[in-house]
Amino acid sequence: MSITAALGDSVAGVAAEPPRRRARRAHLVLLGPGLIYLVLFFVVPVGALLATSLYVPVPGGDVGEYQPAFHWQNYVDALAQFWPALLRSFWFAFLATVAALVIGYPMAYVIAVRARGRKLLQGLLLVLVVAPFFTSFILRTIAWKQILADDAFVVTAMHFLHLLPADARLTATPFAVVSGLTYNFLPFMVLPIFAALERLDPRLLEAGADLYASPVTTFRTVTWPLSMPGVVAGTLLVFIPAAGDYVNASLLGNNTNTTMIGQVIDARFFKVLDYPTAASLSVVLMVAILVLVGAYVRRSGTEDLL
Amino acid sequence: MTAVLDRAGESTAAPSPVRTPRRQRRRLGDVIVPVFAALAFVYLLVPVAYTVVFSFNDAGKTNLVWQGFTLDNWQNPCGAPQVCEAFANSLQVGVVSTLIATALGTLVAIALVRFRFRGRASANLLIFLPMSTPEVVLGAALLAQFLTLRVPLGFGTVVAAHVLFCISFVVVTVKARVASLDPALEEAAADLYASPWQAFWRVTFPLLIPGIAAAALLAFSLSFDDFIVTNFTSGSYTTFPKFVYVSATRGIPPQANVISSFMFVLALAIVVLVQVLGYARSKKLRGR
Amino acid sequence: MTSTSSAVTADATGAGGAALELEGVTKAFGQFVAVDDLTLTVPSGSFFALLGPSGCGKTTTLRMVAGLEQPTAGTIALGGRDVTGTRAHQRPVNTVFQSYALFPHLTVGENVAFGLKRSKAKDVAARVVDGLDLVELGHLADRKPAQLSGGQQQRVALARALVNRPALLLLDEPLGALDLKLRRQMQLELKRIQTEVGLTFVHVTHDQEEAMTMADTVAVMNHGRIEQLGSPAELYELPRTAFVANFLGQSNLVAGTVTERLTKRGLLGVDVRGTRVLVPAARAVRTDGAVLVGARPEKMRLLVGDQTPGRGENVLGPGTVTDVSFLGVSTQYQVEIPGLGTFGVFAQNLVGGATVTVGTSARLAWAVDFTFGLDGAQARDDGAVDLDDEL
Repeated sequence: MSITAALGDSVAGVAAEPPRRRARRAHLVLLGPGLIYLVLFFVVPVGALLATSLYVPVPGGDVGEYQPAFHWQNYVDALAQFWPALLRSFWFAFLATVAALVIGYPMAYVIAVRARGRKLLQGLLLVLVVAPFFTSFILRTIAWKQILADDAFVVTAMHFLHLLPADARLTATPFAVVSGLTYNFLPFMVLPIFAALERLDPRLLEAGADLYASPVTTFRTVTWPLSMPGVVAGTLLVFIPAAGDYVNASLLGNNTNTTMIGQVIDARFFKVLDYPTAASLSVVLMVAILVLVGAYVRRSGTEDLL
Repeated sequence: MTAVLDRAGESTAAPSPVRTPRRQRRRLGDVIVPVFAALAFVYLLVPVAYTVVFSFNDAGKTNLVWQGFTLDNWQNPCGAPQVCEAFANSLQVGVVSTLIATALGTLVAIALVRFRFRGRASANLLIFLPMSTPEVVLGAALLAQFLTLRVPLGFGTVVAAHVLFCISFVVVTVKARVASLDPALEEAAADLYASPWQAFWRVTFPLLIPGIAAAALLAFSLSFDDFIVTNFTSGSYTTFPKFVYVSATRGIPPQANVISSFMFVLALAIVVLVQVLGYARSKKLRGR
Repeated sequence: MTSTSSAVTADATGAGGAALELEGVTKAFGQFVAVDDLTLTVPSGSFFALLGPSGCGKTTTLRMVAGLEQPTAGTIALGGRDVTGTRAHQRPVNTVFQSYALFPHLTVGENVAFGLKRSKAKDVAARVVDGLDLVELGHLADRKPAQLSGGQQQRVALARALVNRPALLLLDEPLGALDLKLRRQMQLELKRIQTEVGLTFVHVTHDQEEAMTMADTVAVMNHGRIEQLGSPAELYELPRTAFVANFLGQSNLVAGTVTERLTKRGLLGVDVRGTRVLVPAARAVRTDGAVLVGARPEKMRLLVGDQTPGRGENVLGPGTVTDVSFLGVSTQYQVEIPGLGTFGVFAQNLVGGATVTVGTSARLAWAVDFTFGLDGAQARDDGAVDLDDEL
């Protein structure tokens, strides 16, 4: 057969190299550039951060001049001075995560389950969820500040309805900061939960109802457990950036009981030029979040999420 | 299956005292959940609306109080100093970092799904870590390194930083798409005499385009809107979010709202267009 | 599908396709040996079926022939040339995949042209037209695969492979996703196309009926090895293992011991719990010790009341009829003989309706010539259809 011969000949030349070795190298070619990038711009910088966190000031040097050392005392000093801000960051991030879950779950549920089958409506609702991404994060936060301002509609109305004491205000309060965090990271909660609920087979819900479960029971025993991967992903996507955020705290907060750790790190770096303290706080923040995330993911049994 | 069949026969026989209250409760839930969700949408969109409305404010320098309607800001979007320069910088940073991050991330995603190799778990961890590190730490780490190496801060350092936090998101997005591809398609290509290179470009890549496009859009929006990492790595270089943040203390010019609203409308139009086209196409497909 | 495709057959001068030879091929995945020291020759131009239950190694064998897997040991030769170690795109072999694996972003025509373009063939357009005409889908060339029915997709996959005039065409359960009626139709069409283009076809399936309908030669695989190889009639009439006897159709097997050799008549006398049964020595795998005596259900008949067996017939029983299923063409009886187990009997409906009712006492008779003897060390039900894993 002519084609066999023709192909066979051309093939013989190409096949000179053992195919197994080549196949083994393919993944290195694909992975190489990306992973090298991550090593150079993530692993090495984190190493630099660790090193910086142990620096000491150059004796007799200018402000902002440091030299390499192993001054572990930096951590003790930084924590002794700034532990309230660190704890507050986690507390605010936790509150924002819970609020985002409470607000975001029904949104995701309505889009995924109630709007199921109506593709156009579903698409438009999804667009509305991601719409805030398309305007500047900082402008939206400032808009939020204006909306909560002392003489704006919300506060006036709440004063009128006596929901808020006459001398109380919303701006520059912990409430303003947490609501800003919730607001800014809400889409990150909605999208993964939507993705999980969308994959859910509607026949499962019918089966639940068919087995005489009330809607509440069906939700508790079928819908909620099956949407768990989305909930875990969503809570992580809100908690992690919220814990490190300082835009909300600095735009919506005051400087007494709303200071978050991000503000401190930023100020240490840029205002005080206290690099070792800023670096050690960064390391503490990173380690604390990794430990929390690891424990949370392990507990919720969704390791494969990683 | 049997349960479903049984149920059909039983619906008339089901005891009515049990059925009626349950019906009512379900109707209540039918109303409450959508209403709550609608309020949540309002919460989500009010600040956006506020930003758009105040782009028409006849504000002069500080855009805090409503002064009256004007089109001046839209007719002269570069009217305020530095606004357009910052905007152009953000576009440049966004495009360059998106291109780099999408290319690198796509390759990594393909390797992670298609190959089983030693160190795969470590590679996955390396992808995951930047996503679970707060931006302030990423910024601080990069700044620590740039300071140590005495790299001058500017466009280059900002792009390097943006690529870093975009890669992981690209990998995750594209990975999902690769995983949904039938591996038999690549085998079929090989079976039909396509070399691995040809199989990639003729089969795998075209099928990955939707995932890659989604990843690129995500990367661009992350980069375009980033403030914290940019603030650490930019030195005196100004991007649009940084410009807005810095001018917040003095008062933000309404031109910033104009640019932001313009981007919003543009992005919305693109997304709606894609949605409607996709809807129309799926209709047409089903129709045949 | 009546057109004879000149394009596909024209170049196939002489015998179509190439012979395939596997020599000591082994494939291990870690500890699991999927294919175990397989040696096999598929003659040029034949329609060869690899038949076996899921997990028997048939698909792995096919993938090694296609070049999608590399054997752990052994060699694979095509048309006398060793191709072990070359990769899929370097082999003149094409596959019809179980999922069809049509490229969803390309039209039907572009799918069919894919292989021709890669191998830089001439007259791509003309050959695509001919290839689609062969499967009667010429009018759908501009459609996308998603717009086709399952049967149409299957035919596109076939055209896409055939159009390259491969030395060897591999079919991986190609009809598995089709409904029964379409499957029957496609079986006949595949057979017709194979005769028409004269290529070597290797067909992997778990459907014994499909294998028997289409293939010239069937290899029954189990646990990574070939149990038996032969024409469908050979395998059916003279199975050599309990697995083949049960997997290919149904068999009545009963354990016994060889007690005498009637060398002159070429028969073995086997003691089955006190009853003597004769087995032709040439149809027995072993001629001494423990054996399994077997006969196909349609070869057996029921003796009721005072009916007597004919000359040259074996008899077992009496037992009790426990089930009667009327199947139209035939009636299927189950007979329980105490101590020996349950036997199936298929009777042609020559008179209309069942002739025996449940509970009747009956003996079983069948011709000595149709009896076969297997190694008694095997399990009686090896390879029998398990309700859990069949459709």
